[in-house]
Amino acid sequence: MSEISTEPLVMPIANEADIVAARQRGRTMAIELGFAGCDGTLIATAISEVARNILLYAQRGEIILCCVELGGRRGLSIEARDSGPGIPDLRKALTDGYSTSRGLGLGLPGSRRLMDEFAIESEVGRGTNVTMTKWVR
Amino acid sequence: MQVPILKQGPVLIATVQDALTDADLHRLRDDLLQRVGTHRSLGVVLDVTALDVLDSFAARMLRTISHAVRMRGATTVIVGIQPGVAFAMVQLGLRLDGVDTALDLEDGLNMLARTIRSADPTSTTNLAGLAGLAELEWIDR
Repeated sequence: MSEISTEPLVMPIANEADIVAARQRGRTMAIELGFAGCDGTLIATAISEVARNILLYAQRGEIILCCVELGGRRGLSIEARDSGPGIPDLRKALTDGYSTSRGLGLGLPGSRRLMDEFAIESEVGRGTNVTMTKWVR
Repeated sequence: MQVPILKQGPVLIATVQDALTDADLHRLRDDLLQRVGTHRSLGVVLDVTALDVLDSFAARMLRTISHAVRMRGATTVIVGIQPGVAFAMVQLGLRLDGVDTALDLEDGLNMLARTIRSADPTSTTNLAGLAGLAELEWIDR
């Protein structure tokens, strides 16, 4: 099996083109890791959603892509972090259809469904940190 | 990147060639709404075969385009949503409510020909060319 870099890749998110670049890089990494084609699309879509949230709510932030290994399993971990306004009500933010912008309110709950693991931390006035992982099947 | 729009008889065909930014999608919407009037088009095929991601913003824009084009008197069919993209959209919770979809350009053009015909059975608009065009595209792949 080929050696896979575990060095995290940091992708700044500050405009629309960055969203496209982050999700394309994520897909490439997923394929290199051995994910099937459909899974690559699911991962790219989840990256697009969390990157869009950064742009929409915090204007800037970063997406960190990292290959992870645990108990013989390989996965791709995605961290989306910003120093934006934070989310006052996480429970609501994870509910389908809830949005404080003009979006569809599917970004966070949808990304959670697209990935295997999903965690979110947020502090009002400090920022938001989403960590999600998908494992190669 | 701008999406090229072709006119074939009463139908406009917009073929997405590459990943689209939000600004590209806005321009596509504006271009299509304008051209439906310029060419007095009855149908629009929006081919997204080349798109490897359709996130919530893009999906909402496709729905907006489809509904707004209908306000202008034409019917839109979205064609070419790839298997992984379809699955991801469902997982995300996206639905293209009130939007017609077809497997590929050929099916989309056939669907439009039927829609245009049934809306106005006496229409003298020549629809024969639509199926032929689909065949050409098909061979081209």
